[in-house]
Amino acid sequence: MTKQVTLTIDGKQVTVPDGMLVVDAAKEVGIDIPVFCYHPKMEPVGMCRQCLVEIGRPMMDRATGKPILDDKGAPKLQFLPKLETACTNPVSDGMVVYTQSEKAKAGQKANLEFLLTSHPLDCPICDKGGECPLQNLTMAHGPGKSRFLYDEKMHLAKNVPLGDLIFLDQERCIQCARCIRFQDEVAGDAVLGFDERGRSTQIVSLSDPGFDSVFSGNTTDICPVGALTTADFRFGARPWELSSSASICSQCPVGCNITFNTRREAMSDGRIVIKRVMPRQNEEVNEIWICDKGRFAYHYAESEKRLSKPLVRKDGKLSRVSWDAAARAAGEAIAKAKKDLVVLASGRLSNEDLFNLKSLADQMEGKAVLYTHMGGGDLVSLVGVGQGTNFGSMGEGSTIVVVASDLYEEAPIWYLRVKQAAQRGATLIVANPRETKLDRFASFVIRYSYGDEVKTVHDLTKKGKIGDAFVKAENAVILFGSDGLGLDGSTALATACARVLSDTEHIGKPNNGLIGVWPRANDQGAWEIGFRPEENLAGALKGKTVYVVGADPAGDNPALAKALNGAEFVVAQDLLETETTKLADIVLPVQAYTEREGTFTSGERRVQRFYPAVPALDGTKPDFAVTSQVAKEAGVILEGTSASVVFDIMAEDVKSFAGLNYARLAEVKPQWPIVGRGDLYYGGTTYENKHGLGAWLSSAAGRSEKFTLPRVQKVEELRPKEKKLLAVPVTKLYDRGVTVESAKLLNQRIGEAFIALHPSAAEQFGVEAGERVKLSLDGVSEDVVVKIDETISTGVVLVPRSMGLPISAPTEASLKVAKKVAVR
Amino acid sequence: MLRELTRGLGTTLKSMFERPVTVQYPEEKRPVRPRFRGRHVLKRYDNGLEKCIGCALCAAACPADAIFVEASENTDEKRFSPGERYASTYEINMLRCIYCGYCEDACPTEAIVLGDNYELSFTDRRDAIYDKNMLLEPAPAGMQTTPQKTPSGVFTRSVPDMKDPQD
Repeated sequence: MTKQVTLTIDGKQVTVPDGMLVVDAAKEVGIDIPVFCYHPKMEPVGMCRQCLVEIGRPMMDRATGKPILDDKGAPKLQFLPKLETACTNPVSDGMVVYTQSEKAKAGQKANLEFLLTSHPLDCPICDKGGECPLQNLTMAHGPGKSRFLYDEKMHLAKNVPLGDLIFLDQERCIQCARCIRFQDEVAGDAVLGFDERGRSTQIVSLSDPGFDSVFSGNTTDICPVGALTTADFRFGARPWELSSSASICSQCPVGCNITFNTRREAMSDGRIVIKRVMPRQNEEVNEIWICDKGRFAYHYAESEKRLSKPLVRKDGKLSRVSWDAAARAAGEAIAKAKKDLVVLASGRLSNEDLFNLKSLADQMEGKAVLYTHMGGGDLVSLVGVGQGTNFGSMGEGSTIVVVASDLYEEAPIWYLRVKQAAQRGATLIVANPRETKLDRFASFVIRYSYGDEVKTVHDLTKKGKIGDAFVKAENAVILFGSDGLGLDGSTALATACARVLSDTEHIGKPNNGLIGVWPRANDQGAWEIGFRPEENLAGALKGKTVYVVGADPAGDNPALAKALNGAEFVVAQDLLETETTKLADIVLPVQAYTEREGTFTSGERRVQRFYPAVPALDGTKPDFAVTSQVAKEAGVILEGTSASVVFDIMAEDVKSFAGLNYARLAEVKPQWPIVGRGDLYYGGTTYENKHGLGAWLSSAAGRSEKFTLPRVQKVEELRPKEKKLLAVPVTKLYDRGVTVESAKLLNQRIGEAFIALHPSAAEQFGVEAGERVKLSLDGVSEDVVVKIDETISTGVVLVPRSMGLPISAPTEASLKVAKKVAVR
Repeated sequence: MLRELTRGLGTTLKSMFERPVTVQYPEEKRPVRPRFRGRHVLKRYDNGLEKCIGCALCAAACPADAIFVEASENTDEKRFSPGERYASTYEINMLRCIYCGYCEDACPTEAIVLGDNYELSFTDRRDAIYDKNMLLEPAPAGMQTTPQKTPSGVFTRSVPDMKDPQD
């Protein structure tokens, strides 16, 4: 334990760990020292000079090292002649701080007057107005009048786009550098900087395209003025007009805690709509950050393609029917199918939805199939990270291995937290067939050829520096993904990872275990509940009665569309109209997760609750209720009225959920730093977590159960053949998935579909960077742009998932040059 | 007793020769006081641009929650007000309004003013909601109404320099 020191702030005694800054120590006892540039998540710089206080330190006798006492026996204090900044001074024993003395108050007041010399005071039209630290601190500490001349204010550009997503108002900026420091220190994308000097200092974007970082939205949260605003929320509403509801981001397996800000809006025909997404503090999951995909890709529920009425196919055409009629028709088909029922669901659904679907499949003795390209979740159930795992607590002594995953593109907040852990001293081992952004922070980078994943993981325990770093580490976590892997490849990789962790006894403890970087938010939940993917999905669907929920196999892959056409009967349950709903016999419309409550299980196996944010679209129901209604018609009774009751039943039925309930998930505890109360100046506009930090699922290893891990299945390794290319799938953050496509702002950041080739392969096929080529995969061709990547092996071509080409596993591809175009 | 009676009748008699206070409303109307608080008007600048910048401070100040504002962004091609922001939706529910004038006080551009009109009647509750077109005063003679096409770099300030209120 670190040494504790005791000091006095405004007459209050405080005991805090040594090394803490005065401003933080004051915060702990509820004393607010105004700051602009200081942020509890970043290193102090002392640029804004707002936190001026008087600090007295006990005088020491040089000879004895003891404090000199005055007549009354109290230690004599020594004050500097000038005020000191509370944000750069660490605490020390016997220190006395005055934050409210005449001298300190005068200093803070004068500083505010100075900061306001060129601030435009256009608070009425500023998006930050109402939740602005500068506004609040001026009211609290500032002068009522300025001695500076109004006419001498600088007139600068009001609307400078730093990128597509973030706008800079040069007048409002007070040059605190919080945004620059966030990008450098926290996000690791140093894309912002200062230009010019003195009074002409301005924030500029150093990257092309501008502000090229997926964490850019966070800078608007921590900006202490309205200088940085998002293009999405620009003039959207005043902060005090917004209602907020707690939720969980559904974009990736991290499970970031978020808050939806909603408002009734005339532009949306008087409906209540989500106006913006804000981070909600959960120090064990996302701290106080979220990525831009989570922040801006929330518009899909407002899509015109929303289904609102149940449809049944009559005479070859889908026509509207009542819920009762649709459920009856679906129920009858399912009752008739019995063993031939295949429930095909994706990790987009909540735990409750998946549990009801699994129960229905079990009662019918049918199959519950998970729609995914990535396997190994059953192994994560066995050796998943122990309860209490927190990347934020990993540092020296911990080893984090990232294998076959580009965390920056697949789970940005994990990237950010893994990077932070590495900078705190954790050993980071990145094993990937190509260069990823995380490589820069890794202690060891392992580059292998596509197909060598399992061998690479086995080698982790071999002798040498890497072996030592992994085997001898106090804690070890492996994050595995599906970069270049299909279902069997990723299953084999997961098995290898699980065995390695188990052999080195890195399981069943906090900060030890396996984490899957899943393609969807609740894939892990689906695995826990008992859904399993099917290797030959098309074959499994033929001739069966298929109940497709929250997935669009027909739109993703023509082969699956053909399989569904060959199915006996198709019931599609979805939010939006898709290729699958178009060919279904019955279509059941459901509520978006923003319109209902439920829970998601994150990749770290944390179950977290989300709450309704906006009223549900007329005519729709939550998934678990629809399943219950359909099941009733098929003769199966399932809970369909309350999500919390479904959860309670699940907690009794599924071992890893045992002991959990909605009340338990809603529990909160004090978190540091303190954010989101009346004190926006300190942590930014992140919301305080009042609605639950969630709870861990127990793993078999955590329950000290005996289990045997399966052997690694030999996977038929596809290797690039002579004169042929092996296409391998990779994941992009901004893909053509429906969530990004329906968000106008992010849509512009998707860019063109590209493929990546090694220079020698490019030469062999006679293509150059930026050239447009026709790539054919499994009989589907698409125009794509070529990028050259020297870090990948020759003979492979990287094909992004969800960009138009149906790729779920490595496959052979052919290339044809179409025409030359320049790429951005 | 007689004295009181004559005094009372005297008052009556005297008032018969005074000028009557009755006004023949609605044929005849009394002028309102300078600070009278009647129906709201959204003002314009002399060049025809709207003073309202859609800041919604009036809605925030309103004790009856009668005002609803939604803002959008100005461009030089389609400019409604100076600066970046204008009110794309502005509604006042006259049934809710208590004519307290707080909106006037809150307005940073003196855009909303309680006018002289006190003759409000509706036959439908929905008619009591006055939208922006009903509230906005017409453009001054010879000036173009909004949106206007304006040269770039001229109307960059939302809030004009103000003097202390005199009235």
